Amino acid sequence: MNMSVALPVILPLFFGALSVMFWRSHFAQRSLGVLGTGAMLLATIWLLMETWEHGHVVMEMGSWPAPFGIVLVSDMLAAIMVVLTGIIGFATAIYSLSGIGKMSEKFGYYPLLHLLLAGVNGAFLTGDIFNLYVWFEVMLVASFALLILGGERSQMEGAIKYVTLNLLSSMIFLTAIGLTYGLTGTLNMADIGAKLATVEDTGLVTVIAMLYLVAFGVKAAAFPFFFWLPASYHTPKVAVSALFAGLLTKVGVYALFRVFTLIFNQEVDYTHEILLWVAAGTMLTGVLGAAAHYEFRRILSFHIISQIGYMIMGLALFTPLALVGGVFYIMHHIIVKANLFLISGITFVMKGTHELRQMGGIYRTNPILGVLFLIPALSLAGMPPLSGFFAKFIIIRAGIEAEAYWVVAVALVVGLLTLYSMIKIWAEVFWKAQPEGVEGEIHDVSSGPMIWMWIPVIMLAMMTIAIGLYGEPIYQMALMSAEQLLDPSQYIEAVLGVQE
Amino acid sequence: MEVVMAFVVGGLYAAAIYMMLRRSIVKLVIGLVLLSNAANLLIFTVAGMKSGAPPLIPPGMTVPDGASADPLAQAVVLTAIVIGFGVLAFAVVLIHRAYEVVKADDMDQMKDTDR
Amino acid sequence: MNMHSLILRTAGHFLLPLLLLFSVFLLLRGHDEPGGGFIGGLVAAAAIVLYLFSMDTESARKVLRVDPRDVLGAGMVLAVLSTIPGVFLGQPFFTAQWWEFTAPVFGDIKLSTVLIFDIGVYLVVIGSVLTIMLNLAEAED
Repeated sequence: MNMSVALPVILPLFFGALSVMFWRSHFAQRSLGVLGTGAMLLATIWLLMETWEHGHVVMEMGSWPAPFGIVLVSDMLAAIMVVLTGIIGFATAIYSLSGIGKMSEKFGYYPLLHLLLAGVNGAFLTGDIFNLYVWFEVMLVASFALLILGGERSQMEGAIKYVTLNLLSSMIFLTAIGLTYGLTGTLNMADIGAKLATVEDTGLVTVIAMLYLVAFGVKAAAFPFFFWLPASYHTPKVAVSALFAGLLTKVGVYALFRVFTLIFNQEVDYTHEILLWVAAGTMLTGVLGAAAHYEFRRILSFHIISQIGYMIMGLALFTPLALVGGVFYIMHHIIVKANLFLISGITFVMKGTHELRQMGGIYRTNPILGVLFLIPALSLAGMPPLSGFFAKFIIIRAGIEAEAYWVVAVALVVGLLTLYSMIKIWAEVFWKAQPEGVEGEIHDVSSGPMIWMWIPVIMLAMMTIAIGLYGEPIYQMALMSAEQLLDPSQYIEAVLGVQE
Repeated sequence: MEVVMAFVVGGLYAAAIYMMLRRSIVKLVIGLVLLSNAANLLIFTVAGMKSGAPPLIPPGMTVPDGASADPLAQAVVLTAIVIGFGVLAFAVVLIHRAYEVVKADDMDQMKDTDR
Repeated sequence: MNMHSLILRTAGHFLLPLLLLFSVFLLLRGHDEPGGGFIGGLVAAAAIVLYLFSMDTESARKVLRVDPRDVLGAGMVLAVLSTIPGVFLGQPFFTAQWWEFTAPVFGDIKLSTVLIFDIGVYLVVIGSVLTIMLNLAEAED
């Protein structure tokens, strides 16, 4: 019995429960936060090694056999996502030691953090479509509460948009599940995949596929359903923003990858053509939105959207190389994006604002932070030899090979505009002189309790460099996951046992 | 029976979307409530409606006695109701809080609260 | 929050123990028949909320004796712990373990990890509903 696949879900639930029990003690909650996410990181790495060795790791929860019970399945894609969750969770927990404040802790920040991580991991690992819905809701409830920690006026508009659109997408998802169940009589994703291949009414199947596309498109903030993201991601605490930016939309992307490779792989010409248009629209609108804004976290939020476009483009091209690129892009993006948000938190502590126009001169006073910003920023724009260069390179090469030249052109232009935005932040925040009439450094961040903020930033920056300089193992992992995604029979066999 | 249910579900969806498009935030939440009920009813309907015994296995047997309803759809709907209850309870708390802070039940006045 | 109603207050005093007993009955009945931790927890929470409406938040907290957040935490820990025993026997998480024995007065008794899970759910529901309700009621005051 291989229990590695259940630990990434059970551990955060357990530590979350413990930190609810010790809600009176700030010290206990913080220790449990670091300890729990650390233990989860180790468990996820174990799962990745097991998956690397066996291909698929499956556990039938409660010993109910598939397809009747709920199974937890880890294939390479799920294992990679779970490890990234572990990394971001651990980084955020350390960052929160100095970045979150007693008030948020009192309102249950740490239990919610654990609950969110459990929800994210559950969504990545489950092999049951309704269970996926349940994990989505667990994740959403936790994120709703995290989003309005503090309950300030500025958070209300974003929170209402976030709640409404996410609830709407959940209901569309539920509708799609209902129709899927009516069509196939099963909820196990592997079983659905096997049964849908024999359904004759392909029109209905395509309608259901589109319902899933809309539902997950909202979660992933894909064009044209992205409005909730830039409205809400710049309002919560920075640690929460970083967690959301790294993980939440990627769960939507993961669900798209899962559903459109395992279940809806019959009418590829139709469904994946639509995905390609969605990808191009997402890339363009995201980056154009970013170009128009002058608020640190708003710019970063819009860039999440444009980056989501690249990932969906990898899925939409549906060639082996494109899927490798998509998976590689997700890995690179999660680390880089979370890091940029964490850095925006440090500059906020220094300057007391997120407005670019009121900041400046940080490179003069704190050159190390400037370098730490440049690493993820240039990586995001795709400068060699950082991680983003290889991620973009693989996807664009796959696009050229698939002869989808117009989408390649869009991707290249978007890359250029990303560089423009990053240079804008660099010039405004770090390079230009301190604007007149604005107070200089209001808070010292290089000593005292603020020191915890630096550790995750440095850790994630080193990872960005490492992926760039030593990307071969990462590439191999992405390659293996792409092979598994393109051959769903492996997944189906692993879950249902040998069939046909 | 299925045809009637199809119309009921369709009507609920239409009513829900209409409510969600209103400017009032309270009506927005009512729309969400209707939407979640519509989705639950849809699952209930597509699983097949038949009159039969509840899906309980009598003592001493291994299969249900005679025709019985599909237990999986019922379990799914039950779970969805519980989750919907939790999420909507949160939404109500949120609009209560939003009303306290912004002093308006109007989407148009909610705009730009973050500036 | 006090409704100042003599009828409600008198009824609340009588109904509270009855409803709590009924909730425990539902919890235990959930073993093999309709019932269970969730619905039992809701009934128990509703009982205390009724008491809260008829009296005030202070006496509702007094009736509960412990902070609802402690109830919530204890319930969650119980629920998570109940999933683990199967692992030590080489079975997946959540696999139910059953112990049957005969007690002098009660006759045949079946205990299981499912029951522990249900008790956990029971406590979680009570804890979370009351945390929200008490906070809302105190915000009104």
